[in-house]
Amino acid sequence: MKRVICLTVMNRPGVLNRITNLFSKRNFNIESISVGLSEHEGMSRITCVVHVEDSSASEQITKQLNKQIDVIKVTDITDQSIVARELALIKVQAVPYTRNEIYSLIEPFRASVIDVSKDSMTVQITGESDKVEAFIELIKPYGIKELARTGTTAFPRGTQRTSQQSKSYSIV
Amino acid sequence: MLQEAALTETKTETHPVTGADLLLRALEKETVEVIFGYPGGAVLPIYDKLYHSKILHVLPRHEQGGIHAAEGYARISGKPGVVIATSGPGATNIVTGLADAMMDSLPLIVFTGQVATGVIGSDAFQEADILGITTPITKYNYQVRSIEDIPRIVKEAFYIASTGRPGPVLIDIPKDIAAGVSVQPEAEKEVNLPGYQPTLKPNYLQVRKLTEAVSRSKKPVILAGAGVLHGRASKELKEYAEQQQIPVIHTLLGLGGFPANHPLFIGMAGMHGCYAANMGLTECDLLINIGARFDDRLTGNLQHFAPHAAVAHIDIDPAEIGKNVPTSIPIVADAKEALDQLILQDGKPPAHKEWMETIMRWQEEYPYFYDKESAGLKPQKVMEMLHSKTDGNAIVVTDVGQHQMWAAQYYRFNNADKWVTSGGLGTMGFGFPASIGAQLADPEACVLAICGDGGFQMSTQELAIIQEMNLPVKIIIFNNMALGMVRQWQEIFYESRFSHSKIPVQPSFVKLAEAYGIKGYVIQSEAEAEELLDEVLHNREPVLIDFRVDPDENVYPMIAPGKGLHEMVGVKP
Ligand SMILES: Cc1ncc(C[n+]2csc(CCOP(=O)(O)OP(=O)(O)O)c2C)c(N)n1
Repeated sequence: MKRVICLTVMNRPGVLNRITNLFSKRNFNIESISVGLSEHEGMSRITCVVHVEDSSASEQITKQLNKQIDVIKVTDITDQSIVARELALIKVQAVPYTRNEIYSLIEPFRASVIDVSKDSMTVQITGESDKVEAFIELIKPYGIKELARTGTTAFPRGTQRTSQQSKSYSIV
Repeated sequence: MLQEAALTETKTETHPVTGADLLLRALEKETVEVIFGYPGGAVLPIYDKLYHSKILHVLPRHEQGGIHAAEGYARISGKPGVVIATSGPGATNIVTGLADAMMDSLPLIVFTGQVATGVIGSDAFQEADILGITTPITKYNYQVRSIEDIPRIVKEAFYIASTGRPGPVLIDIPKDIAAGVSVQPEAEKEVNLPGYQPTLKPNYLQVRKLTEAVSRSKKPVILAGAGVLHGRASKELKEYAEQQQIPVIHTLLGLGGFPANHPLFIGMAGMHGCYAANMGLTECDLLINIGARFDDRLTGNLQHFAPHAAVAHIDIDPAEIGKNVPTSIPIVADAKEALDQLILQDGKPPAHKEWMETIMRWQEEYPYFYDKESAGLKPQKVMEMLHSKTDGNAIVVTDVGQHQMWAAQYYRFNNADKWVTSGGLGTMGFGFPASIGAQLADPEACVLAICGDGGFQMSTQELAIIQEMNLPVKIIIFNNMALGMVRQWQEIFYESRFSHSKIPVQPSFVKLAEAYGIKGYVIQSEAEAEELLDEVLHNREPVLIDFRVDPDENVYPMIAPGKGLHEMVGVKP
């Protein structure tokens, strides 16, 4: 199963190395990791998306991360109501007669075109990774020349839903 | 008048204060008594300051020997062992020791030299990315980036290494930082590590829950690991076990935490543990783990491990709880604090007369055994003699292999902190240098360095320390002309194809000892052993004894890899 784990860490040299090292040392399967500054000076925020067998494995990951001296806080936010976003840049082949078609795909996904050249255009899309995934699948037949994804970054919503109902709305 | 003049002279510092000065001051502040170090280019500024230092410096003849000695020192003294190595090869030579200390939770402070800040990353002479190399095998590591950080980093490092679950901390010091002059006045800073707050006190509700589970239990056991020793909690363990009348099993590393001659002591469990202990773990209905990590050499196949038991686990490291064995009563705490609370509860002891009788029957029916009639010198017999001739009070340090298991089985430890062995990493070459550290930690003690003929040859160079410092370590070689434990596995699992495990061609260990000015003896029989041990174990001189033990002897009982604890073989003659 997929788990989203949020970390607040001290911004010290080697901290990212310690964390990624831990994933390989403990044989944890990591899908993405995104890192950046946080609201506190001297602290960074890391969001990891991991694949685990069961809940005891995800508990192990959380505990091992927590044990790191530079890690201030670890939360597995998967079961909370969260906002999770990923950004992807996609350079897709675009000849004049496919351009309009591509534009028509971009619109419902609220993606945007941020660069255009003679035979390609670069699309930026943000959203939950399912949405990014779906968009990439749609655009694939046109020929993806380059793709860069940031990985998910996430935190809990300001207000938590009480029931844990799964999403039934469209991902778009 | 004279005194006054001397005072003012030390007060006004005429010499500039360098990074190395700050480092040594920080070490003095931590009351470091001994450093195991080896000089080289990148640490020369530090060595120049050590020239006038009061701290004892021990020069091993290989950095790996130095760090193993520091591990032995840490295990016996309870204080962090301090190591210095130069950059590049000096630093990479201590990697095995770091991994060993990490596995067995030993506090170490390891300083490595580094090339100057300006050339880091340029593959400079003797540069190694020691932070990258040691990240997975240290509790924490630092590279000093500014001279003024030295006092804080050293203080933090000692704090991290010796609190919570102990472990090694490495501090990498670029040469220009050690040699550079500090411009700011030294400021005392408190340790501030918001991400590191070990939990010491147990959760009250869990303590209650355990107390109730004990009262209800019909077949309880305590499994006590090295956490009891690190937490200095053996007195509390004894008190609690006696109060509740719960029998106690030890892990390999926990030996000595509970007295072996106590009626509640069952024995050591695990791959070469005793029948009663392994069956006790298999049959119990309540398993109280105190400071053990359910290592696979202890548990055997997890599917068959303690199948009927509710598991309570007391550990200072929350990540150990539930890692290998599902746990219904988790108690994150220091062993001593948790035991204190459990004793205070003074719960109703379990009604478990039948269980105690069963255990007793196992113990009587399936004790450790060996052929006492055999003509050859049996290693088990030698171990029994070592025990009786030292009244069970020696500090026993072992290397890794068959002799290690025989020491664990036959040297019955009645006291805590008398046992040093490499458990988690199983590092050959550990024992002899570790015995040197143990002797330095307890100069009055009788220290036995018990080694195989294989493992001893991984650190013979440290005989030089024994010679130089005239340390009264008793070096006991169980010489079976083989890498015995490997030979045993090949006999059992590989149809006796002894691929590269026999070493019939050997140096004369006696002459080797003599080359370092140490007395050496070869012993072939029990009668010879009797006589010699009486003579050499009680004097204050080093000695090396080459015991020619039966080369075909195997360690039993044994659990084959992948098997459960109840599937022991070799439980009866
Ligand atoms: C550094 C290292 N290399 C290899 C091993 C694998 N190993 C485990 S026990 C053993 C044999 C040890 O032989 P010896 O030191 O003679 O002791 P004995 O088993 O004969 O008592 C070996 C090779 C190890 N544990 N450590």
